[in-house]
Amino acid sequence: MIELQALRKEFGSFVAVQGISLKIDKGEVLGFLGPNGAGKSTTMKMVAGFLTPTSGTAIVAGHDVLKDPLAVKTVMGYLPEGAPLYPDMTPEGLFKFVAQARGMASDVASKRTGFVVDRLQLASVIRQPIETLSKGFKRRVGLAQAILHDPPVLILDEPTDGLDPNQKHQVRGLIQDMAKDKCIILSTHILEEVESVCTRAAIVARGRVVADETPAKLASRSKLHNAVCLKVRPPQGVMVFDELRKVAGVAEVEGNGTEDGIVTCRVIAKGGKSIVGDVSQLVRNKAWEVKEMTVESGRLDDVFRDITAAGGVA
Amino acid sequence: MRGTLAVFRRELAGYFATPVAYVFIVIFLLLTGIFTFQLGRLYENGNADLRIFFDWHPWLYLFLIPAISMRLWAEERRSGTLELLLTLPISLGGAVLGKFLAAWAFAAVALVLTFPVWITVSYLGKPDHGVILAGYLGSLMLAGGYLAIGQCISSISKSQVIAFVIAVVVCFVFMLIGFDPVLKVFRGWLPDNIVSALSSLSFLTNFESISKGVIDFRGVVFFGSLIGVFLFINAVVIEAKKG
Repeated sequence: MIELQALRKEFGSFVAVQGISLKIDKGEVLGFLGPNGAGKSTTMKMVAGFLTPTSGTAIVAGHDVLKDPLAVKTVMGYLPEGAPLYPDMTPEGLFKFVAQARGMASDVASKRTGFVVDRLQLASVIRQPIETLSKGFKRRVGLAQAILHDPPVLILDEPTDGLDPNQKHQVRGLIQDMAKDKCIILSTHILEEVESVCTRAAIVARGRVVADETPAKLASRSKLHNAVCLKVRPPQGVMVFDELRKVAGVAEVEGNGTEDGIVTCRVIAKGGKSIVGDVSQLVRNKAWEVKEMTVESGRLDDVFRDITAAGGVA
Repeated sequence: MRGTLAVFRRELAGYFATPVAYVFIVIFLLLTGIFTFQLGRLYENGNADLRIFFDWHPWLYLFLIPAISMRLWAEERRSGTLELLLTLPISLGGAVLGKFLAAWAFAAVALVLTFPVWITVSYLGKPDHGVILAGYLGSLMLAGGYLAIGQCISSISKSQVIAFVIAVVVCFVFMLIGFDPVLKVFRGWLPDNIVSALSSLSFLTNFESISKGVIDFRGVVFFGSLIGVFLFINAVVIEAKKG
């Protein structure tokens, strides 16, 4: 549905995006991750037909954004960075304007407006000037205008920025519901969001895609992947750490302190291979009293930091 | 077409959603009234025509029209809504035209509301209604010319103040370019045919040619082409500025 072909954007001598190629299919939700200034928004602006690429192009639902931008804009819903909206309009007026601009029949428009207002809980502010709304409402009004025409392709630049935890949950639910028959690109700084809504995560740094995998796979790159968190009460005088270090596959044991004879530690696996079986075997053999034992899947923020910081001092 | 209509409606409704429209219309009517009756001495002149009324329009528009046009693009650029507008399936030309037509329609509403002046002279004497109608047409075209220039300049800067000041200056030049003292400045160093071409760009001359009611569409064609040229430049500037 969306294909980025060596998309590149230069602003004067500054290269914001240095040739990004990606292919996103229907049913996929691609999370765009990356530090500020990595080129996420610039890339999205080019796909949405706002910025003209310096070279390369994007094909959206079969339409080339350079040759037929109007066709691309017709099939696409776009939430720009910062959700800019006309301050003196009401959400109602804005939806009417967007529906007219998109040539929606009036019965379809009113049905869809009802749907988005309901799903994003905008009914209480529908006749208030947008400039008087809170940040959370503004963001949701922006999202509502993007999905008003039920587009097959959605590009959302930080859709949950400025929302409270309940609103975030709500918006993620909405994205998940829409995901199966749409092709969605969203950018975010919130890594848990990627894990909860995205089927794919692309990490962008310095204008390049440096990783493109499922969030779970990406997380497994973390050194904490398959690490075992352990809280045990060993008999007096037993060196828990030394015993754990003897287990095959254990790379390292990090202690997190001892309290009332209970030892808390994290056992890190060599190469992210599963060690939970061996560790639990040891615990059982030694008859340590287990208070807690969990396996970590790895942390996306660690991976994110590793990948984007690597070579960061260019 | 669809996009132009949507932008037109949004913009026109926008004028009346804020005090801008009411303030503008009240000031415009007040000033035309003062200029026509106090300064222009319409009654004392004893002529049943609206020459005096229309004579003030180029000067009034010089400040009032840039006040309408200054926000047209500057505001979109500053608030970031330009991105929202240009990622809707509306062509750039359609958006430019929609904005212009809405502003022009708004100016037309203000102009139409001066009808009591027409009623007054009709009551007092027997004016030539054809000439008055031509005067209104001339005034409307003149407003369109100022607006197109102002809208184009509004696309250059994010600042409405800068857009206003530059628009006033450019409009002032266009207004006076056919005026003899101004032409004299050019005559010294420009060939005659260029000077006469410049003088034909004069807003005052073209406005007068329409409002005299002569059956002569040169003035209308002039303002029409001027509007077209500036709206085209407007679209080019927006395209270039968004990167």
